[in-house]
Amino acid sequence: MTEAIIEAKNVSKNLGSGAGQVTALKDVNLSLRGGELTMLMGPSGSGKTTLLSVLGCMLAPTSGMVQVCGISSEGANVEQLATLRREHVGFVFQQYHLFPTLTAAENVQLALDLRGERGTKAKSRSFDALAKLGLAQKILSYPRELSGGEQQRVAIARAIVSDPSAILADEPTAALDGVNGQAIMRILASIAKASGRGVLVVTHDSRLTSFANRIIYIEDGRLVGEEIVNAGTPKLLTAASGR
Amino acid sequence: MPLDLTLASRNLFHDRLRFIATTVGIVFSVVLVMVQMGLYLGFGQMVTKMIDHASTDLWVVRKGTNCFEDPSLLDATDQKAILKVAGIASATPLVIGFADWRLPSGELTPVFVVGSDLANGSLQPWNIVAGSLRSLSAHDAVAVDRTYDKRLGISGIGAKAEIRGRAVHVAALTDGIRSFTTTPYVFVDLKFARGYTGAPRDKASYFLVNLKPDADVAAVRRDLLANISGVEVLTSAQFRDRSREFWLFGTGAGAALFAGALLGVIVGTVIVAQTLYSSTKDHLDEFATLRAMGSSNRYVYRVIIYQALINAAVGFCFAALIGFAVVAITTKSALPVVITPALMAAVFGLTVAMCIGSALVAILGVVRIDPVMVFTR
Repeated sequence: MTEAIIEAKNVSKNLGSGAGQVTALKDVNLSLRGGELTMLMGPSGSGKTTLLSVLGCMLAPTSGMVQVCGISSEGANVEQLATLRREHVGFVFQQYHLFPTLTAAENVQLALDLRGERGTKAKSRSFDALAKLGLAQKILSYPRELSGGEQQRVAIARAIVSDPSAILADEPTAALDGVNGQAIMRILASIAKASGRGVLVVTHDSRLTSFANRIIYIEDGRLVGEEIVNAGTPKLLTAASGR
Repeated sequence: MPLDLTLASRNLFHDRLRFIATTVGIVFSVVLVMVQMGLYLGFGQMVTKMIDHASTDLWVVRKGTNCFEDPSLLDATDQKAILKVAGIASATPLVIGFADWRLPSGELTPVFVVGSDLANGSLQPWNIVAGSLRSLSAHDAVAVDRTYDKRLGISGIGAKAEIRGRAVHVAALTDGIRSFTTTPYVFVDLKFARGYTGAPRDKASYFLVNLKPDADVAAVRRDLLANISGVEVLTSAQFRDRSREFWLFGTGAGAALFAGALLGVIVGTVIVAQTLYSSTKDHLDEFATLRAMGSSNRYVYRVIIYQALINAAVGFCFAALIGFAVVAITTKSALPVVITPALMAAVFGLTVAMCIGSALVAILGVVRIDPVMVFTR
């Protein structure tokens, strides 16, 4: 069994306050392992994005603990959580969230700039990352000059350029057509396989499950099932999820 | 260029209309501050013009004299007492006063007569462009500034008029001796000045005292005060400061200029704060993305502050160009705008401070930004 990159132990998360408070995650236990593409699936409002936010250290759990590369996020303040994200996690968003006034290369380089990596070395790394994703000819293009698929590839280059241990992708294919969606998933799967990174993809598109090594199902904030693709049948997470 | 600076500048220039509006606001504000403070400096120089051009070590003035134009008079006999003090080389009386100038057409206009010992050289008209200093020693000869030709109804050298009913003729013309009161200066020889101002024969407005080379200024001042009652003894610098204080703060003119400058700062701050805040709000998704990617708050603040600094630099450059134009236009006016390198540096510092202060408002808008919002937009 490969090493856990991100580990959630008995994580619960309440959102809102007072009468409007809801429990978005309930006693979640999950390991994101290196070299695997894990897919998180569930209906709308099931807690997928909240779980992604907690695993990516954007949100602190109400109870329980999250470890990223062995570092606990427990008690970390906002800046410490930002440091954990910067050092260990790369994000890919549904709407790409590229900076419209920066070129593709600058968008990628930004991830390095945040880490204090500047100059020609940073530039060269960003060019390499784009080249790996087939965008060598587009380094000077602005996001508005790129197709949706190309923009998402730039976003993936930005996520991987600083060599993080985990890539967390929120509905990365939702804004793309089928062909581009498949292409993006192939890239994410190859990133997991080739570099040993842990890749977590949130999606509700069942056509993409063939790219996953593992599929985790979530409903009403609880993990309700896990499927090891090509390695057996789905099993209910009765004990692991605390149900 | 660092990437955070690139991001700041591109975001700023991306919305050109807003950038132009911000720049116009900053330019307006900075020009207002620059001109108000330039007027302050110009006014400060104008009110001491006569003091600045007098070649004297000490001024003996009536006690309580506030400025050069003060009508207080001294006893002419004090001159002897002054000359008795050790260390004094000369003491020259100066007679000043307002008078009526009658144009050839019969109209009257006020003038300010400056009567000095032209041979002594303690306070002579300068920038003479027609006629000569020597010709002023002639009976009824006067020197006036050519910018007042129309006002005084003169057509050049030899023109005739009357002061207090006495006939005068223009023997010299100067250039640029303007009065901030808009009342023209008329230089005459001391011998005739009392007749024009109405001062009694035994009175003088000031004594301009020159010291011997080895004289101890403090000792001379002490002895003068001990020997002559009802006077003050001022250095040129002290008289200058006193005049400025009187005209700028005693009359409220300086306060009005400062109030105008303050208004400029407030207008500029509000404009920059408002535009930076709305720009930051428009780019909130990008700042949230930066935070999601793990940027420190400091990085985000730096981007906003860079925007403020770019605004400040661009706005200041345009404002400085306008400022120089205003200086050139007003050089020969009654109240020139004076912009010194120190004023320029101070206004630049103020512009930067104003823009960074405004950026704090924008920073407050992102200080608690939630990176999770990137998932919902």
